[in-house]
Amino acid sequence: MTVELHVEKWAGSVLQVTLGATASEGGTRARTVTVGGETTLPFLHFEGQIPNPPRIAIEISDQYPGDWSPLLLKAWGDAVNDPAAWAQAAEKAGADLVLLQLSLTKDGGAPVTAADARAATRAVLQATGLPLLVFGPGQVDADNELLVAVAEEAVGERIVLGICEEKNYRTIVAAALAHGHLVNARTAMDVNLAKQLNILISDMGMPLERILMDPTTAGLGYGIEYGYSVMERLRLAALQGDKMTQLPMLVTPGYEAWRQKECKVGEGVPASWGDWEERAVLWETITATALIESGADILVMRHPEAVRRVKAFIDRLMAK
Amino acid sequence: MALSGLQIYKLLPQTNCKECGYPTCLAFAMKLAAKQAELANCPYVSEEAKEQLAAAAAPPVRLVTVEGKGHKVEVGNETVLFRHEKTFFHRPGLFVRVKDTTPVAEIKAAVSAAMGYSVEYVGMRLHLDGVAVEAASGDAATFKAAVAAVLEVTDRPLILMAAGAGLLEAGLAAAEGTRPLLYAATKDNWEQVAALAKAKNVPLAVRAGSLDELAELTEKIKGLGVEDMVLDPDVRDAASTLVTLTQLRRQALKKTFRPLGFPIITFPGEGAADGLEETMLAAQHIAKYGGFIVLDRFSPASAYALLALRTNIYTNPQEPIKVQPGIYEINNPQATSPLMVTTNFSITYFSVANEVDGSGLPGWLLVADAEGMSVLTAWAAGKFDAERIAKSVKSTAIESKISHKKLIIPGHVSVLLGELEEALPGWEILVGPREAVDLPGFLKLWSA
Repeated sequence: MTVELHVEKWAGSVLQVTLGATASEGGTRARTVTVGGETTLPFLHFEGQIPNPPRIAIEISDQYPGDWSPLLLKAWGDAVNDPAAWAQAAEKAGADLVLLQLSLTKDGGAPVTAADARAATRAVLQATGLPLLVFGPGQVDADNELLVAVAEEAVGERIVLGICEEKNYRTIVAAALAHGHLVNARTAMDVNLAKQLNILISDMGMPLERILMDPTTAGLGYGIEYGYSVMERLRLAALQGDKMTQLPMLVTPGYEAWRQKECKVGEGVPASWGDWEERAVLWETITATALIESGADILVMRHPEAVRRVKAFIDRLMAK
Repeated sequence: MALSGLQIYKLLPQTNCKECGYPTCLAFAMKLAAKQAELANCPYVSEEAKEQLAAAAAPPVRLVTVEGKGHKVEVGNETVLFRHEKTFFHRPGLFVRVKDTTPVAEIKAAVSAAMGYSVEYVGMRLHLDGVAVEAASGDAATFKAAVAAVLEVTDRPLILMAAGAGLLEAGLAAAEGTRPLLYAATKDNWEQVAALAKAKNVPLAVRAGSLDELAELTEKIKGLGVEDMVLDPDVRDAASTLVTLTQLRRQALKKTFRPLGFPIITFPGEGAADGLEETMLAAQHIAKYGGFIVLDRFSPASAYALLALRTNIYTNPQEPIKVQPGIYEINNPQATSPLMVTTNFSITYFSVANEVDGSGLPGWLLVADAEGMSVLTAWAAGKFDAERIAKSVKSTAIESKISHKKLIIPGHVSVLLGELEEALPGWEILVGPREAVDLPGFLKLWSA
């Protein structure tokens, strides 16, 4: 008996977005990283092209991340005190990209200034040759002030500035446009909101090839299915030819997993949760695994062991 | 695939005799297509048409049931490739494998640990589903003893794994009174194994290395009268499993290809070097089309992660997940700790509870019954108004647990302030932040 394979003929494909710029391209990165370009659903090699594997950005912080789980602090050791050292450690741990998360305040409570953000960005750019993403602290005024300075400081490097949200994207997009960067567009787990923000940003003159979309992630056990299905719907829409959904997707399993109790704490939790460290690494790993099956192109992660595991899994999924 | 009204019409006598109670055969056909009428109401329909209609009505992925003495597991009957299209219906069974070459005492201990395991998740108690017992010894008596030992310590369903009908029969004898899945029929043994499955009326897994061979085998076995089958396409790696399981689901749904319209069994441990890798593969099988997932390793942490993922992926996206309305205590609140109110939409609840929990500050969280809607949606729909909030304050008797009378409401519904003050005389209503993420900062300023 011959089984005739069912092969979908997709009309559309995901855009390719390149992060970083080498010396010949006006930057200083050792290499660039291109994501997107899929012409089929995740890893269905028999049906289309998957020219670029999902890539992992390791999240580092400009300040000592006092609110992070002790397990993460232990895993990164002294590097957490210095973004440059941390960026190097991230590169060693197998990161494809480095994401610098800016803080609102410094140790002692003084606000992080534009000069601080510039210094951290400069230090990280010098410490690693990987392409960089820089995210603001998530408060409108601070984001605008810090990211404009960062955009200027990193001119020509094709870094990704985030986070653009519907309530605050103009200043960040303008800064990215002026200095040759990319932006990350985040919306709250909704296909139409995602499309709308992509339209608003591209209406400002930003080419689609310089936008990543971030449909918002939830952690395993904390609503991951919402983000998962929105990602599947966005990717299906992209393959069906809906232009404003054809951007590569960035998701944040590291942040989402590590804010949950399952990762964060080892005491005062049910015995049925098992060993703390095993569970914590698993939680981030499984959150990320589910997201690559639903179309993630960039995973922002935190724990080096989870990074190693997910990278190895991606390698296996990319093997034809 | 279900037939359209017109397709059904072609199979009817087309005499418009009206004896079915409808004015025309076409009207009756339309009702049949909409599943609002029974074919039996037509006295003149041919046997051939009956068969065709029954075949078309059969689900594209057959429902397969295995039963232990106290539990059963049903898998299959899926109708979509993506959960957002409708929902995934039958959660894959998570089984743990033991081998009969392990000493009986160790088998019992392993099974007790895995089957005794349960974890509480959003008010549900989750557990693994059953045990796969493998005749690795190749010896009937040893296998029989192992199956008997497993059944001494669990009443959950079994999968019996052995190379041939003789061993499987020995296992079945020890599993009397249950309905296990037999694993597996292959091109070499299918006649004997299928005859056994038929005689004992138990489901049968079928293993072959290509879809062509698999489809051929299931057809042959069906010819022997076995209907309940499970597919093992004999792929173990991440990439080939994803591709093959996707193809199998497509064959069943997109082509209504009956020879492959069965649930799928997977063995993530066989494609993994260690427990974490096995868990990652199992997670993939949960998301992408696994029916029975047989684990080689059990650890509480990975069981919890897989059970949570399975619950998430198999949640009906068309029905909001609700949490039980009531009072939730966060970080051991005292009488002077703040009282906040939100809705019982699970994501809303989690957002709020996690922020308070993460802040380390104690608090009472009053979850009002807003029919599973988020704050703004519920407010707009009249499900989260002053009356409902006041009612939940009163019905939960929170007053007896706290020494103050202050209630923090979400910033998005600040308009309720006046009405709430009227509905809850003596209470002070405080408007909290609009977003949960700003709660920790807000709570830091709290004083009773």
